[in-house]
Amino acid sequence: MSTQSWTDSQPIVSIKDVHKSFGNLEVLKGISLDVMKGEVVCIIGPSGSGKSTLIRCINALNDIQSGSIEVQGIEVNDKALNKLELRKKVGMVFQQYNLFPHKTALENVMMAPIKVLKQSPADVEKRARELIAKVRLQGKEESYPGELSGGQQQRVAIARSLAMNPDVMLFDEVTAALDPETVKEVLVTIKDLAEEGMTCMLVTHEMGFAKEIADHIYFTDRGVIVEHGPPTTFFDQAKDERTREFLSQIL
Amino acid sequence: MLETFIEFFRQLADDHPRWNFIFFYEPRQWARIVKGLQYTLILSFACVILSVIIGVVGAWLQSSPSKWIRRFVQGYIQFFRNTPPFVQLLFFYFALGQFTPAVTGPDGWTEIPIISNVGWAIISLSFFAGAFNVEIFRAGIEAVPESTQEAADALGFSRMQTYKEVVLPLAFRVSLPALNNNLVNLVKTTTQAIGIAVPELLYQCVSIWNDYPSAQYPTMLLLFFSFIILVGLLVFGMHRWEKAMYIPGYGE
Repeated sequence: MSTQSWTDSQPIVSIKDVHKSFGNLEVLKGISLDVMKGEVVCIIGPSGSGKSTLIRCINALNDIQSGSIEVQGIEVNDKALNKLELRKKVGMVFQQYNLFPHKTALENVMMAPIKVLKQSPADVEKRARELIAKVRLQGKEESYPGELSGGQQQRVAIARSLAMNPDVMLFDEVTAALDPETVKEVLVTIKDLAEEGMTCMLVTHEMGFAKEIADHIYFTDRGVIVEHGPPTTFFDQAKDERTREFLSQIL
Repeated sequence: MLETFIEFFRQLADDHPRWNFIFFYEPRQWARIVKGLQYTLILSFACVILSVIIGVVGAWLQSSPSKWIRRFVQGYIQFFRNTPPFVQLLFFYFALGQFTPAVTGPDGWTEIPIISNVGWAIISLSFFAGAFNVEIFRAGIEAVPESTQEAADALGFSRMQTYKEVVLPLAFRVSLPALNNNLVNLVKTTTQAIGIAVPELLYQCVSIWNDYPSAQYPTMLLLFFSFIILVGLLVFGMHRWEKAMYIPGYGE
């Protein structure tokens, strides 16, 4: 792996001219973007614009037809890709939380470090308890996912992902399935992470949150990046007609 | 106490000739019942275990990348599910039994087939119930959401780890109620082993009422009673198991 050659001055995620089709349907039509270490990037756009697909391609849950995705120097679009190495670097949180329903909150957080990284259970448990405290769920360690609210489950999912010590966190519409009152608790958790310097890529419909947290915003429509920029200029001085229309509908 | 019990049934048989509970006062008939129960228990136990193993392995093979393996499993299910178990039993014993080798017995001249009638009954009934178990476990595996497996995938689990840590534990819970039903049926179907002279409970009971027609009603009662108890124990055990695997808040 060329990981050694990667330095902080290079983009931690580098996407170049990515094309992706499902059958005859081309979902991504030449996407390019770079994310630097510690940056928070939000991807917004109408449904079906390919934003979730893009984020899933970054940790190889979907493969791509052409182009290149590099994460810390690891080429994702490579037949010989070591998926495990990639997934150690990239954490992912899903819209539907996808916790393991037969494991308690604590066990959910502990499973991957023990089974995948083969770390000692005692160390992992100590860290897992700290992570659960960090997402403000002390006292819920022994609860099963079915006993937790959506917002609580999603925070366990974030802790589970963090337990693998990733370098990049991907958030795929993580508040879309939540009740409005629990959205905030999840957003606060993500904000904490971003403020600690975690590199984050979020697909989101929470414009206010994107505005507050993002260093850079990308607007995608029909498989291409239509417009991008820092939140200050993006929201107030959108140039493209499609962006303005989308923003006017949402804001 | 026991004396009174025996005396009661002896008197009952004298007073009411149709209610001759002969196995309660004649030790030789009682011995037949005990032997029959032993065989029924052996058949039930062996077939339950084997058919569950066949079910787990078959369900795993059904997701095999090889088209031929999948077709083979499908063919197995179709054959054993769509033909009568009694015919299967006769086929295994009389047709396949012809081709299995025999060894010479200790007396030096009798030929003893290496698979006895008890063996054939276990094999044929296990394959019969196993065909249903494959389908039951497959349904359980399909009930595990793709997204849950994807989460394991994203955390770096290998396919095998995902199967072992996530898919199987969840699939098993979903499968238990259907498995329970099939195993109850299996235990009751062991009585068909009478067709190849396995000396299980039904065989012994029929022998008794052939010898003593006056004992027919009582032996029938005994049969029903024994199976109610036997199946009751199985169901009780399965429910305990289901309870032990219960996850708070899951599947509600």
